[in-house]
Amino acid sequence: MALMRLTSPHAHGPMSTQRVMQSVLLATIPGVIVLTHFFGFGTLINILWGSIVALACEALALKLRRRPLSFYLKDYSAVVTAVLLCIALPPYAPWWLIAVGIASSILLAKHLYGGLGYNPFNPAMVGYVILLISFPIQMTAWAPPRGLGELPGFMEALQACFTPAAYDGVTMATPMDLLKQNNSLLINDLWYQYPQFGRWSGRGWEWANIAFLAGGIWLLYQRIFTWHAPVAMLVTLGLLAAIFYDGGSSASGGSPLFHLLGGATMFGAFFIVTDPVSSAVSLRGRLIFGALIGVLIYTIRVKGNYPDSVAFAVLIMNFAAPFIDYYTQPRTYGHRNKRAGE
Amino acid sequence: MLLTRDSENLTMLADYSILLIGAILVNNFVLVQFLGLCPFMGVSNKLEAAMGMSMATTFVLTLAAACSNLTYQFLLVPLGLGYLKTIAFILVIAVVVQFTEMVMRKTSPLLHRVLGVYLPLITTNCAVLGVALLNISKDHTFLESLFYGFGAGAGFSLVLVLFAAMRERLTVADVPAPFKGAAVGMITAGLMSLAFMGFAGLV
Repeated sequence: MALMRLTSPHAHGPMSTQRVMQSVLLATIPGVIVLTHFFGFGTLINILWGSIVALACEALALKLRRRPLSFYLKDYSAVVTAVLLCIALPPYAPWWLIAVGIASSILLAKHLYGGLGYNPFNPAMVGYVILLISFPIQMTAWAPPRGLGELPGFMEALQACFTPAAYDGVTMATPMDLLKQNNSLLINDLWYQYPQFGRWSGRGWEWANIAFLAGGIWLLYQRIFTWHAPVAMLVTLGLLAAIFYDGGSSASGGSPLFHLLGGATMFGAFFIVTDPVSSAVSLRGRLIFGALIGVLIYTIRVKGNYPDSVAFAVLIMNFAAPFIDYYTQPRTYGHRNKRAGE
Repeated sequence: MLLTRDSENLTMLADYSILLIGAILVNNFVLVQFLGLCPFMGVSNKLEAAMGMSMATTFVLTLAAACSNLTYQFLLVPLGLGYLKTIAFILVIAVVVQFTEMVMRKTSPLLHRVLGVYLPLITTNCAVLGVALLNISKDHTFLESLFYGFGAGAGFSLVLVLFAAMRERLTVADVPAPFKGAAVGMITAGLMSLAFMGFAGLV
């Protein structure tokens, strides 16, 4: 039988799963407020409906596996998965889209592998990638930000979610889409021609990223996770963008600021990459894990078919995490350094 | 004169690196083209075995791609026997694998101990025949075939080794009884295949 290759001393975590999950939920609040301000009630309704579906799926899985219901439902882990996935989904997504995504997150990516603590892939990102590949039209329909289009009211937002056929929403290409499709305009002209680009990286997007950064820094201060993976990811992404930025030609990949504050960068860095279960365990491993995610995000954003790539990059590196751990395991206490596996 | 040769060399280098990246990531033989799944599921229970298997497979894939390309160019085409290529390649692969094993046993017992056990297994790996046939259908030259074979092997190795490390971790996970073992392995491979779709369009 294979055993876990991590040796003592193990640090005792003073916090319960419940406390950790609560802190993560609290830290998403600024980001959700900014998203709601710029894109309307869509994200909030996503989160409410997503959480209900997530709790139902979690209860179903626990019942099937004959595990205690209330103990596991109260640890908020299902709600955290739901909130993270629903923030990533476009606002005003139809109810079935959210339900399919949550069901694949909770049932397929989490409980099939044995539930909380065993999932090798980040559940929210598994749900996101399954949806992106299965329903590309619904998944790329982003609403225009405040100031560039009429924001639907609360009732209209409800209607968009639960009777999607009757709802006639307006969508607009996101800055990431525009940069991907651009092949003739200089960066400056692009910013001038499309008001979506806002000041640095997209109207609404830049503030949402700053809000998620603030939430992430608060989590760091609370010692919910270590700085290694997010900082390694952001530094690599920024460095690559700086190296390959040619000052704004039509073939340019976007400035470092655009990459750091654009799309899902900060949300991914502090809420997805830091998942303690599916990332690398050792600190050195986390540095490598984060840095490679940064490389993958930049490569796929600039060269691949998809405009944003946080979900793909995270899943690919989740796959590599056990291998990274194998080669970065810390020295056993009281022993000299030894090559892994001997 | 010198300059043009340099730029020609550069474009050639770029062509080959695109071929390599394409074979390793974008059209990964296991996760995107679904070739060579039997060793992928069968030899991924232990990391060390997976490493031996991946080295041996890369070696054989490169060699077999080159040999089958030569056979096609200098034997089958001149004789007008192109339609026999599948059978001919099976023969070539079996001979190459057998020959490698014999040479290895005589010349390098150490290498034979590391790779030897896996060599007979590789004869039946469909990725090997797949590379040989794809090289013909894509009209690759000899050098391109060599690179494509090596890229296929490197992509196979990458995925196999990562998958083996993950499966070692999955053996201690509390997986529900009906999904234990190969079932959860298959689902993991499926999720990985989804993630590899992110590489689409890279080259």
